[in-house]
Amino acid sequence: MRDSTFKSALSDRTAKTFMGVLFGATLLVTLLNQIFPPDSALHVSAYTVTLLGKYLCYALLALALDLVWGYCGILSLGHGAFFALGGYAMGMYLMRQIGDRGVYGNAELPDFMVFLNWSELPWYWHGFDQFWFAALMILLVPGLLAFVFGWLAFRSRVTGVYLSIITQALTYALMLAFFRNELGFGGNNGLTDFKDLLGFSLQSDGTRVALLMATAISLAFAFVLCRWITGSKLGRVVLAVRDAESRARFIGYRTEHYKLWVFTASAILAGIAGALYVPQVGIINPGEFSPLNSIELVVWVAVGGRATLYGAVIGAILVNYGKTVFTGIMPEAWLFALGGLFVAVTVFMPQGIVGLVEKHWPTLKQRFMKSDSNDDRPSAQGEPS
Amino acid sequence: MGDTFSRILAACLLIMLTSLSWAEELLPEETAPPQTTEETPAEEIAAPLSIQDILNQLTERSFDMKEAAIRQLAEQDSPRVIPLLNALMERELVHNRENDTISLGHKADGEWQLLDPVSEQPIGTVNSRAARPVVINNRLRTVINNQLALFALNSDNSDARAEAAEQLIGNDDPDMLSALRLRRESEDNARVIEQIDTALNIAALSSDDLTTRLNAIDTLSRNLHPEVKNSLNDRLRNTEVDAEKVALEKALARIDARIENFQTADTIFFGLSLGSVLLLAAIGLAITFGVMGVINMAHGELIMLGAYTTYVVQQLLPNSNEWSLLIALPAAFLVSAVVGIFIERFVIRFLYGRPLETLLATFGVSLILQQAVRVIFSPLNRTVITPDWMSGALQINPVFSLTYNRLYIIFFALAVFLGLLTLLKKTRLGLQVRAVSQNRTTARALGIRSERVNALTFGLGSGIAGIAGVALAQLTNVGPNLGQSYIIDSFMVVVFGGVGNLWGTLTAAFGLGIANKLLEPMAGAVLAKILVLIFIILFIQRKPRGLFPQRGRAAEE
Repeated sequence: MRDSTFKSALSDRTAKTFMGVLFGATLLVTLLNQIFPPDSALHVSAYTVTLLGKYLCYALLALALDLVWGYCGILSLGHGAFFALGGYAMGMYLMRQIGDRGVYGNAELPDFMVFLNWSELPWYWHGFDQFWFAALMILLVPGLLAFVFGWLAFRSRVTGVYLSIITQALTYALMLAFFRNELGFGGNNGLTDFKDLLGFSLQSDGTRVALLMATAISLAFAFVLCRWITGSKLGRVVLAVRDAESRARFIGYRTEHYKLWVFTASAILAGIAGALYVPQVGIINPGEFSPLNSIELVVWVAVGGRATLYGAVIGAILVNYGKTVFTGIMPEAWLFALGGLFVAVTVFMPQGIVGLVEKHWPTLKQRFMKSDSNDDRPSAQGEPS
Repeated sequence: MGDTFSRILAACLLIMLTSLSWAEELLPEETAPPQTTEETPAEEIAAPLSIQDILNQLTERSFDMKEAAIRQLAEQDSPRVIPLLNALMERELVHNRENDTISLGHKADGEWQLLDPVSEQPIGTVNSRAARPVVINNRLRTVINNQLALFALNSDNSDARAEAAEQLIGNDDPDMLSALRLRRESEDNARVIEQIDTALNIAALSSDDLTTRLNAIDTLSRNLHPEVKNSLNDRLRNTEVDAEKVALEKALARIDARIENFQTADTIFFGLSLGSVLLLAAIGLAITFGVMGVINMAHGELIMLGAYTTYVVQQLLPNSNEWSLLIALPAAFLVSAVVGIFIERFVIRFLYGRPLETLLATFGVSLILQQAVRVIFSPLNRTVITPDWMSGALQINPVFSLTYNRLYIIFFALAVFLGLLTLLKKTRLGLQVRAVSQNRTTARALGIRSERVNALTFGLGSGIAGIAGVALAQLTNVGPNLGQSYIIDSFMVVVFGGVGNLWGTLTAAFGLGIANKLLEPMAGAVLAKILVLIFIILFIQRKPRGLFPQRGRAAEE
């Protein structure tokens, strides 16, 4: 049995290993970037720093999905929507920071609004010039959407594939909406041309490294939070809901409440991931809402291994690294590889890489995961439909 | 240099010509009739003129003389009259100045190639400056057009007659009107009669007699021809009589109300058309998802394969676009069914009972299929040629028409639906499919080979997706993303209608199609789609099992 305080989640062995590797890698990259001059063989370019930052954002997003899919059995095909909403909230703050440095030099209105002949800022853009307000919205907007959507869906017991399909419809509808210029989020082009964040130029190496560190810290924090949630009493009920929702309900648990809280927490984490992602890549557009993105995210988690948390992180980083490499060498082969990965993982490796490692190297498993019991992972055939 | 010069020359010529024809039209009218009347008796006395002789009168500078010649030509009983009048319109009748005769001519290599106007035999070439096309002005053009319309009005082909009568709508030339009246007496084709009546009634609007005018207004109030509305509005501006004003306003209101009704009908037709597309796309899914419980995210790509099969069949049979669809249909069914069975045998079979994993694996398959098509056919869209019998429209009245391709696709979708329904309800395979979907273990105990039934059912659903692709190829571009754009909509239709219920799928497809098109004029296409999606999301919260939920024990699984 597991102790369920936050402190113990922080100090358990898996968390320690995870944070050790994460911060080790981040610090290494940071030092290599900052200390060595650009012409040195050991120098790590700003591009690599940003790339790593991007991977860590994806990892955070995958972690969020693993929380609902791996532990609660809710396959959300719309988590990309929460990610993108967080990203848009951050993008709006960054747009307001541009001030009169835009192409049209209008201090009040972002360029695209000037282009559309708008005379004043829409009401929902007010407040986004303050970082605290934007930060609040980054948490609030995805959280609120997930809360309302989940409240409606779980209360009427929409489960399984039905839930997956309506979450997909949700992100699809949002994508169509954000493509419209009239909505006031830059339409097709989205938000871009960002200059600085909290006064620091986004182009400088220092800011990039700082953003990478911030992402790493957020990821570590989210990891510990997820460990804590899954280890707590709430986490145990959530596992029961995943494995046999009706039985949990019959025993007397309001299963929809548990699902709702986990779903909302997960959406907030996804929103944070989006908010950290946008300043690093420099753009947010409606393409982030596309159903393909959300479904690709599911495969990261599946590749890494569900219901392990660190599996999701490993999967996200590996698949995206593969994507970077593949699209560089032979772009037309990437979709074949991704498609093959979907099929291979679901048919041959239902437990993902983590499951494979555990199966084939029992000694390794004993050494690394002594404190981690196996009972919180679904068996390959055991999941209810 | 030479080019600029010739352009300037042409411009000068054009200005001269226009001013000439203007001047001609400004001439006092009294001078024209005496000349005509003088000439006509003279010709009647003389021996009948040959066509060549009449044509030669066109060498005259005066437009009145030319008009007389044209009218004379039109009276000739010869098959050459219509081609020659057309040639005059097209500036292909040429005045040869060397011997002062008129002949057909084409300009080639800086010379005029002359043809005999009657026999169309070549009669030699002349220098480009030695001949000029016969010049006509707007008045003569009207005369020629009217003469041509008169010929068409008396042709044996009823389509040509109707077209001619329609062309004469709004024409107030008394000769034309009397010709129309004459034709009206002997005409027996309803369409032609309708057009003639419209033309005569519009003419009657300017009659001096108030009763005639009021009768005409009353008759015209049931007519939707655009010219009718214009003429009524014109009359409303000019009339002084109160009774006529009231009648006109009433007639216009009536016409507007009818136009609005037909526009609603038009919207509903488009809704039905969209609904039939949705039905075609969703019906295969209704089998694989609804009956077998398998989430096939590659369904859209199976539709795409059907569309590409149509394209390939057309490429293989380039000269038979009219009937290549008949080959494309079974071919598309086979291609998609075979691919579907492959997917079932090599992927889905291992994942029965794990719907979420099936969803992911089939999504992977869809990516592979898309990319394969991109590699084989290029990422660009391909065009499928629509056969002639599917292009054009069924014109119900001037404001309402049904395009044939959409009409056929509605019927086709219904036919596929009924065929599938029969297959499931009346055949042995259908019985087995239903048995396996209701209770696999019991079905197996009764000797049904469930593995084989699964493969065949999946093949059937996939094959129908292929057929849907053939139909969709007639409406949209065929490209690698064709399937993706339909997959979410298809799932919405199946879930909204109620999984496992084909009638629900039918209702949902047409309901959503019509709702979408009704919202479009108010909200715009994209917003309409978003609203429909939000509606479905909310609806599923209220009724998670769709419009027509399955009842009984199978439903709670």
